[in-house]
Amino acid sequence: MSEIILQIDGREVAAESGMTVLEAAQRAGISIPTLCHHEMLEPYGACRLCTVEAEVRGRTKLVASCLYPVEKDLIVRTRSEKVDKIRKMILELLLAHAPEARGLQGLAQEYGADKNRFEKEPSFCIHCGLCVRYCAEVKKKHAIEFVDKGTKREISFIPEIAAKECWNCKECFPLCPTEALQAAFVLTKELAFFSLSSEPVPAE
Amino acid sequence: MAHINSAAELEELRKGILSKIEPDKPCIAICAGIACLGLGNDRVISAFEEEIRKQSLETKVDIRATGCHGFCEKGPIVVIYPEEICYLEVTPEDVPEIISQTVVGKKVIDRLIYTDPNTGAKAVHQFEIPFYKNQSRLLIGNNPKINPKSIEDYLAIGGYSALAKALFAMNPEQVLEEIKKANLRGRGGGGFPAGSKWETTRNAPGEEKYVIVNAHEGEPGAFMDRALFTGNPHLVLEGLIIGAYTIGSHQGFIYTRHDTPQLRENIDIALSEAKEYGLLGENILGSGFNFNVEVHLDVGIFVSGESSALMRSIEGKSPEPRPKYIRTSVSGIWNKPSNLNNVETWANVPQIINNGSKWYSSIGTERSKGTKLISLSGNICNTGVVEVPMGTSLKEIIYNFGGGIPNGKKLKAVHFGGPMGGSIPESLIDSPLDFDVLSKLGTSLGAGDMLVLDEDNCMVETARYFLDFLSGESCGKCVPCREGIRQMLKTLTDITDGKGKEGDIELLEEIAGVVGEAALCSLGRSVPKPLLSMLKYFRDEYEAHIKEKRCPALFCKELKKGEL
Ligand SMILES: Cc1cc2nc3c(=O)[nH]c(=O)nc-3n(C[C@H](O)[C@H](O)[C@H](O)COP(=O)(O)O)c2cc1C
Ligand code: SF4
Ligand code: FES
Repeated sequence: MSEIILQIDGREVAAESGMTVLEAAQRAGISIPTLCHHEMLEPYGACRLCTVEAEVRGRTKLVASCLYPVEKDLIVRTRSEKVDKIRKMILELLLAHAPEARGLQGLAQEYGADKNRFEKEPSFCIHCGLCVRYCAEVKKKHAIEFVDKGTKREISFIPEIAAKECWNCKECFPLCPTEALQAAFVLTKELAFFSLSSEPVPAE
Repeated sequence: MAHINSAAELEELRKGILSKIEPDKPCIAICAGIACLGLGNDRVISAFEEEIRKQSLETKVDIRATGCHGFCEKGPIVVIYPEEICYLEVTPEDVPEIISQTVVGKKVIDRLIYTDPNTGAKAVHQFEIPFYKNQSRLLIGNNPKINPKSIEDYLAIGGYSALAKALFAMNPEQVLEEIKKANLRGRGGGGFPAGSKWETTRNAPGEEKYVIVNAHEGEPGAFMDRALFTGNPHLVLEGLIIGAYTIGSHQGFIYTRHDTPQLRENIDIALSEAKEYGLLGENILGSGFNFNVEVHLDVGIFVSGESSALMRSIEGKSPEPRPKYIRTSVSGIWNKPSNLNNVETWANVPQIINNGSKWYSSIGTERSKGTKLISLSGNICNTGVVEVPMGTSLKEIIYNFGGGIPNGKKLKAVHFGGPMGGSIPESLIDSPLDFDVLSKLGTSLGAGDMLVLDEDNCMVETARYFLDFLSGESCGKCVPCREGIRQMLKTLTDITDGKGKEGDIELLEEIAGVVGEAALCSLGRSVPKPLLSMLKYFRDEYEAHIKEKRCPALFCKELKKGEL
């Protein structure tokens, strides 16, 4: 692996080729907020909270740092008026669904996001996909998936798999930044588990 | 049919086909395009077959079900060769008369020919009808002459001669040079130069490379790719094979619609015929070049037309776009270099190779070359597919070919590119059809779908309609797109419902700014375009809705009440 020198927030940072800007920044102790990123999982790039300004050969663009590969002479700005505006709006859009989510409170404060900016529509899931990806990539069970598309997209346990797999696992629960996952699980359990299992349902 | 093994054998075959054609034998070409199908052309075709049988004319008259002729508004369309008499809005009841009067009796039936609604002037032949006159139908003009299910019809009009020329008279570098010099720009929306895209894939490391036809065409109001591909599948295929030869690819994919069985059928037949004739598969035309094509059906979601989503879909995964920090030309399907072009882009290739880049670049404007297919829809007299040189003014398209605005209404705006495009006002219709000019004006040529809006169209409602469409057609993965659409749609719905508030426009602009810059793929990044173009040119209409609770177009129901 060859070493690459780039600039993040005015500092020279060394990184290895193949790394992302987020990894390079984390390694140098520069923090970039994330919601959908997790070291154990493939980069995903859905929340866009980690958006930063990347300047390549004099041209600046906004990129998701969790996906953007480091390159020589890259200049990165992790905070700017534009970046902060984007993060604030993203947080406000999410707070409409999960106004009290612990994962959002600190960030909301930092970026001055108003949880009452948009009309409340508490659905709690913020679609970070951590549970879905953890189950697929780490546990390789696919007991929980995204269903539907566009604004109707939701997470959903697949009852047939969940009834068999989830009792002894639940490793995705602590990953969820809101309470949506537990709620979805309880709902699936109540609605579908009994009819699916011939054995008595073990006590929780 | 035996495998053709050389360019000479191909020419011989062509001569054989041409010699069998009797120039004076009547041939009835009936448009079997999708629009005409909706108007009952299948019954017209059966009526012709039956009548020919009844009159025992089977050996004396040919009949040909063809692809879309373009003038969809007046379908079903029937053209009678050799005179090229064109009948419009033909019904099964007209058929016996057409056979006895025109085909046998050589007399024109007055009521079936085109009559200009304004001047009363009549046109007997297809080329005299104002809709067709002065179009440059280089790509779609052959549709009435061929049965898309017959490779012989395509060979008869010179089909696959460009492939033979590329394989035997040019090396891949020369073909690439020609495409680059022609400055062929992608017709799928972005206008990216095809030559440099081909070159990137050609030069990308790795032996295995793919070429792909994007025939998804999911934009509401876009139907030209379907018309072209269904009507003349070999044209697109020939372009694709030439591209594969140039890029060094041995495997191609056609990503097409699951909901148009006729298109699928014609593609399948074209592929198997091309294979049978040795134009596809192993050792094409005896040149030693191998190339195969697979057809993939889309999943019915708009975002699956986006290049990275489309490639995931071909891999069998759900069509979620990937960020393009690594270009698909370098790392596409299964991370192999993959060159994707639109149907119309591929269809341009054979004529460039046959006639040369010099000829090609003599058509069009400085930076937009060739002709462009436009699907005309909305408040326009002639809905249909028009093909004109780049640089033609929007005004000419609307009035000369489109026949103007029906019911004496006033033209208000032209919207290009559907939910990812923009609107420009009537005052700018002298603008030319040109990638760069239109994009400077805040719209984009898009795939060529041109929606004409008259004074009764509300520009708030139009933006709301596009967002409503996108709310179900984005993949929903990234926050700015999914949530931005949700909130923008909510605000616009409020405005059309008469519940708009002071500050709504600014809020819309703020969300639009974030979505446009932070979304993952170009769908999300284009979400704000229709709205922003309308705020640029029609801001007063938005203000009237909010401040005066008035819909100037008298369209929004909740607001109309106040008006009455
Ligand atoms: C949401 C979305 C939908 C698209 N749909 C199509 C389509 O239906 N057909 C098409 O050719 N290109 C479509 N495109 C553009 C493709 O991503 C790609 O740029 C194009 O097929 C490349 O071909 P070209 O260079 O020949 O234009 C779409 C893009 C986006 C963002
Ligand atoms: S911008 Fe929209 S369509 Fe594109 S990845 Fe994000 S959610 Fe999916
Ligand atoms: S952490 Fe990068 S997009 Fe979510």
